[in-house]
Amino acid sequence: MSLLEITDLKVGFDTEDGLVQAVRDISLTLDEGEILALCGESGCGKSVTAMSIPRLLPPATTRLSGSIKLDGRELTTLPEPEMRQVRGKTVSVVFQEPMTSLNPSFTVGYQITEVLRRHEKLSRQAAAKRAVELLELVGIPAPVRRMKEYPHQLSGGMRQRVMIAIAVACSPRVLIADEPTTALDVTIQAGVLDVFRDLRDRLGTAIILITHDLGVVADIADRAMVMYAGRAVEQAPVAELFANPRHPYTLGLMKALPSAAVNGRLAEIPGMVPSPLSDPDECAFRDRCPRAQEDCALSRPPLTRQADEHLAACFHPGGQS
Amino acid sequence: MPMAGLVLVVAFVLLALIGPLVTGDPAAQDYLATLAPPSGAHPMGTDDLGRDAFARIAHGAQVSLQAGVLSTLLAMVVGIPIGLVAGFYRRWLDPIVMRLVDVTLAFPFLVFAVGLAAIIGPSLKGVVLALGFSQLPAIIRITRGEVLAVREMDYVAAAIADGAGDGHIIFRYVLPNCASPLIVQATVAIPAAIIGESTLSFLGLGVQPPTPSWGVMLTTAQQYLSDAPWLAIWPGLMIALATLGFNLLGDGLRDVLDPRSHR
Amino acid sequence: MLWFILRRCGSAVLVLFLSSVLIFLGIRALPGDPASVMAGQEASPAAIEAIRKEFGLDKPLPAQYLDYVGQTLTGNFGRSTQDQLPVADILAERLPVTLELSLLAMLVAIVVGVGAGIVAAVRRGKFADYVATGFGLAGLSVPHFWLGLLGILLFAVTWRVLPASGYVPFTEDPAGNLQRMILPALVLGTGFAAILMRQTRSAMLGALSADYVRTARSKGLSEAKVVGAHALRNSLTTVVTVLGLQLGALISGAVVTEQIFVIPGFGKLTVDAVLTRNYPVIQAVVLVTVIGYVLVNLLVDIAYAFLNPRIRLSGGSRD
Repeated sequence: MSLLEITDLKVGFDTEDGLVQAVRDISLTLDEGEILALCGESGCGKSVTAMSIPRLLPPATTRLSGSIKLDGRELTTLPEPEMRQVRGKTVSVVFQEPMTSLNPSFTVGYQITEVLRRHEKLSRQAAAKRAVELLELVGIPAPVRRMKEYPHQLSGGMRQRVMIAIAVACSPRVLIADEPTTALDVTIQAGVLDVFRDLRDRLGTAIILITHDLGVVADIADRAMVMYAGRAVEQAPVAELFANPRHPYTLGLMKALPSAAVNGRLAEIPGMVPSPLSDPDECAFRDRCPRAQEDCALSRPPLTRQADEHLAACFHPGGQS
Repeated sequence: MPMAGLVLVVAFVLLALIGPLVTGDPAAQDYLATLAPPSGAHPMGTDDLGRDAFARIAHGAQVSLQAGVLSTLLAMVVGIPIGLVAGFYRRWLDPIVMRLVDVTLAFPFLVFAVGLAAIIGPSLKGVVLALGFSQLPAIIRITRGEVLAVREMDYVAAAIADGAGDGHIIFRYVLPNCASPLIVQATVAIPAAIIGESTLSFLGLGVQPPTPSWGVMLTTAQQYLSDAPWLAIWPGLMIALATLGFNLLGDGLRDVLDPRSHR
Repeated sequence: MLWFILRRCGSAVLVLFLSSVLIFLGIRALPGDPASVMAGQEASPAAIEAIRKEFGLDKPLPAQYLDYVGQTLTGNFGRSTQDQLPVADILAERLPVTLELSLLAMLVAIVVGVGAGIVAAVRRGKFADYVATGFGLAGLSVPHFWLGLLGILLFAVTWRVLPASGYVPFTEDPAGNLQRMILPALVLGTGFAAILMRQTRSAMLGALSADYVRTARSKGLSEAKVVGAHALRNSLTTVVTVLGLQLGALISGAVVTEQIFVIPGFGKLTVDAVLTRNYPVIQAVVLVTVIGYVLVNLLVDIAYAFLNPRIRLSGGSRD
């Protein structure tokens, strides 16, 4: 049994324009110690998929169906008080915006010890001692001094490390990292990824890494799921995915990588993402696809097995070039 | 809700402009019907001298409207040029003006009003001056802020580099940009001035009897509270409705005109 | 932090200096000889001469100003033209009354306004929000003095549960004092509660949608902690700022409230002084108001700095 099993997850939001379907029929599994990358453009549903696991979407407007099982326990119907035991303890999150995700009115030390005191029931002194260790773990120099500082006194990279320290404080089974490196310089990026790797190796934490940066995926992930317009279009182990991308959208993303630039120019994928308000029975990528044929407009291509552990949703998948 | 506000404001303005023409003389006394409850002849009743409360309400609306509009105009006529100058000549004038604005802000409105009433005697003129003066800091700050913001814009910087004169910049770019925040400010200032006028008149520091003002009417009403409670109801209700109208309208306008207030 | 406080103190001193000059010149801008103005309309020539001596009114203006500041600093504000009592004694008697009224009103405003603002923000779009928002708009639009009259009409005239007016010192009769102060405090506090409610609601809505609140939720904290600690702490700066900004209105409101409920406080003293052209009292009252206002604003600024680590640690300006 996998650590985390998501089956047929659908997430929509009530808006003034009607129901916006952000995630459609996502199924995925995650094993202990595995690093799974969710990739795709902004708005493809990768963050919404991940945030449904700790139920951090706005409850008033979110319409969710499907199943999310952690260690065999169904999370979607778990009563809120029990869910609060899961958040920060079993499942924790590193958010995208290091500049705004820490509370400006509390010290770094308070924000780390808070979660330790909540879940580990540590005393004030024990929590402070552990927080200093955590700051050391994420590579913050002079941690004792940093404990007493406020977020505005830290650089973006430092704040992101503090966020990670908070997220890993209670040794979570699943860590969700939402674009953890986007706001950071390249040199700091590498350091942050090292912290994740280290965490996985030492504690066996499974990590869901949300990113639109295939470079980061290649660097750290074991497996990747590419999403487009709320659906999974391709899923494979990272080595296989980069060697044999089947879906034309995945191929397009890879061509958009700086290392793949031809004559110093990045390839763009032409066209626009379809509206999340409607969902016709056709391939959502059809309008932008170089390989589109007539059958792509007739029905939606299902996610089918292309090779061992390699799934793709395309009627005209690329060959094993 | 903004529509309800607009309706209230229009009704208030119509009452002030047309009301005095259709109602009777607000000073006409009827000694046979003093402190009379509302009736066909006197829809809002009469006061201690037998004067028709409705006629006095209508004329009082005129006083309120004058106080609200005149004080706001005064503040704009004086404040906008000061704000423009402060924003344009940052090096020398700006620090001085902003210090003075801070000092002005430090004075509670009533202290101005008390001081003015003490010096020139209680009158509508004093009320308008005091209200206008207390609105100045907000007007100066808004105008100056817009000047600073507009000067940062690329196309304005380009126009300045092309040798456009200060006058051109002010009329072509700055003033049009000031319009929205100043209109929003007016919807805050006018109801504040309406309450300010009635408060001062109620205290005897503003409009003097026998001129009908809603505040003055309430002073009278206070003396006859148990015998003629309706005298206290009408003027207060009018003040509350007029103010509510401007507040609702202002909330609506802010959403439309002031993009910074959007979350 | 120290630098910040010093700067605020500096600007407070500047405001006080300019205010004293304004008041000084204001009295001299009155038609007629300042000495006879200060002595009152029915004063004898000898009395006028005594005042001219006491305040050095025959000297040039700058010297007069220095004398005036010296007299003020030693607590000599002259004598009331009404009853010839020292103005300083009158102030000492009236000020505590107004302070009690203002503090009670402030308490009402903070408890009701901040509480309703938090509830409205947390229950956004629900029934409680509409009730609180409606109350806020109404409280903003209804003038104090009308609310006071309605209060008297209902509680004192119609239901006869509270006295309509009057004042008993707290030290003589605590129960009677509170019984008479409760309605004025509610009346004065309502407008502020409305303003505080609106500002707290909007600050809390901003805080509740902030990224750091999502972080707090992701830690598995209880909703009480997320709202009460993380969101509220960041909204408090707004609340404190609004309190500071509304101080002038509180002073104005106290004047009106005292007038309605016939409370012998500072506000009633002010109005009576203007109506009887009691210039020594007017001069003192205006100066004391400005001093009180500047002092409380200074306290608000310091509280603001304590709540905001960015200012507390760097000493930066809040503009």
